[in-house]
Amino acid sequence: MAILLNETTRVIVQGFTGKIGSFHAQDMLKYGTKVVGGVTPGKGGQTHLGLPVFNTVKGAVRETGADASIVFVPPPFAADSIMEAADAGLRLCVCITDGIPAQDMMRVKRYMRRYRFDDRMRLVGPNCAGIISPGKALMGIMPGSIYLPGSVGIVGRSGTLGYEAASQMKALGIGVSTSVGIGGDPINGSSFRDVLEYFEGDAETDAVVMIGEIGGPQEAEAALWARDNMKKPLIAYIAGLSAPKGKRMGHAGAIISAFGESAQEKVEILKECGVTIVPTPAAFGPTVASTLSGARQAA
Amino acid sequence: MDIHEYQAKELLARQGVHVPRGGLAYSPEQAAYRANELGGSRWVVKAQIHSGARGKAGGIRVCKTDQEVSEAAETMLGRRLVTHQTGPRGKLVSRLYVEEGVDIAQELYLGFVLDRKAERVMIVASGSGGMEIEEIAEKEPDSIIRATVDPGTGMQQFQAREIAFGLGLETALISKATDTIMGSYRVFRDFDASMLEINPLVVTKDGQLLALDAKMSFDENALFRRPEISELRDKSQEDPRETFASDRGLSYVGLDGNIGCIINGAGLAMATMDMIKIAGGEPANFLDIGGGASPERVAKSFRAVLADKNVEAILVNIFAGINRCDWVAEGVVKAIREVGIEMPLVVRLAGTNVEEGRRILSQSGESVIVADTLAEAADKAVAAWRAVKSKAA
Repeated sequence: MAILLNETTRVIVQGFTGKIGSFHAQDMLKYGTKVVGGVTPGKGGQTHLGLPVFNTVKGAVRETGADASIVFVPPPFAADSIMEAADAGLRLCVCITDGIPAQDMMRVKRYMRRYRFDDRMRLVGPNCAGIISPGKALMGIMPGSIYLPGSVGIVGRSGTLGYEAASQMKALGIGVSTSVGIGGDPINGSSFRDVLEYFEGDAETDAVVMIGEIGGPQEAEAALWARDNMKKPLIAYIAGLSAPKGKRMGHAGAIISAFGESAQEKVEILKECGVTIVPTPAAFGPTVASTLSGARQAA
Repeated sequence: MDIHEYQAKELLARQGVHVPRGGLAYSPEQAAYRANELGGSRWVVKAQIHSGARGKAGGIRVCKTDQEVSEAAETMLGRRLVTHQTGPRGKLVSRLYVEEGVDIAQELYLGFVLDRKAERVMIVASGSGGMEIEEIAEKEPDSIIRATVDPGTGMQQFQAREIAFGLGLETALISKATDTIMGSYRVFRDFDASMLEINPLVVTKDGQLLALDAKMSFDENALFRRPEISELRDKSQEDPRETFASDRGLSYVGLDGNIGCIINGAGLAMATMDMIKIAGGEPANFLDIGGGASPERVAKSFRAVLADKNVEAILVNIFAGINRCDWVAEGVVKAIREVGIEMPLVVRLAGTNVEEGRRILSQSGESVIVADTLAEAADKAVAAWRAVKSKAA
């Protein structure tokens, strides 16, 4: 089943004809994703990578029956593209773009609330690696080969640290149901909590790995939610043990500016909520393996 | 990106926020001239550095004669001011702001932040200004008033009025306070700020409302559309290592350790630094080389890391997603030859075409210590650094 994305998801690419959009669209097609077309305003009617190009998202949805989009549009225009996707009635939008102003994202989040919760588009990202449901479909920029199909969900802010976790798991024969990158920005679409809720409701996911980092309240919120609502094992790592206060560590959102935002403080909150902590970033594989075998014995 | 107090005050004044009269000075003579120009019998000389808590560090002096102004300027200019926000290296004082003295009746706090939980701009105000907001939250938590702004409509007049009344101000001051709050909000919104703090906002004995201090930071992702803010950047207030790297388009943060780090991806970079610490070492820096680890970017990264004279060993950790490891490896070898690296270098490659990448490294003839896993890479880097240390000792 996986979450958010599977082999039946019909995907359009916003920023389709650009260099980055083209490159990753090809990769996604190669992986087996049902990419059905793309949007580049002004290039409607053309064909790109053998697929139709549209001027508007609504046009693309009308002609292709797309239900999801992936955004590769440059930062000054990306927020607008996300809102266009929401207004076209898409179910899912993954935004890869890094560098969107925070005030633009505030407007995006506010704009999305004009739709009833059940009709509201799910936004993943921005500034993320995207989503992969191994063996089914890829909507993102991750290398498909490092993910084994399986039953562990991954949700994280960082791209390459997520790859690290997946490849450590693969080395031990542990597969992934879906991996979701929620991105490194301070204001983003789906939160850790949102994605945990999707995983908890997914019959094909047995356990979840959450890869957080310094800055913001989301890891703690997710842990509190998991404590009260989650039956599946939750395993977590928080990056940035050695990060100083008040310094932005690459990601726009990775900055310790308030109490409870350091890696140490987050780990404490997570532990109190009963979350299994991955002690070092080299221990993703072994920690997941022992949690899974523990869960099996308990069952 | 941070700006100076006098710059923030200029932006605020343009939106109708009242600030004390003042002038900029680069020398003691200029400072005395500014004092005479302002007139009056009391002036405040303020060191312009990107940090709060300047007063305790000797960066703010109240003076009664132009002679005192000149002397205060003399002691401040050219000095590095160390506050609890600057780190031990402190920040260089090269500009002063000379302001007219003000008779304070009451000190208030007014702040605007990007609240990540509400995903909105949040206004934080308190009738107990003059101390840091953390201290207010601890000592006078009930005095703190919070309100959030709907990004669809922007801040409304009534919200500002509610805050003004909440601060317990006299009726005569309410409309001034409302204007101050609305004006500050417009500055925050129109320039894509990420933080604006007026602390203290003061009521003077003659019934004025003045922003006595102002601190602002801006969203770097929005600078492309705020050229007038970009122009306010003062590189002398930055860590020179960080300036060097940011001028070359690299995401770098200088730290105090000895093991230089070159990594792709912010999360993996933080995790690698954590791993170094766990292995018993200290990272010298955070460096995210970005998506395309091209030979040019690898070479630039080596130069940025080597610009820090404390670096005694280097760890490169690249998880190749979009790129193939063989291509990254070629880039690393090319960069080593170009830059010339005379210290232990540990390289860990993972991802697409990893075997080919490792083969290129080991057959390059360069003395590269190759590692397979993250743990091995950190262990080898720390061991190599220890070997350098013991040889030196």
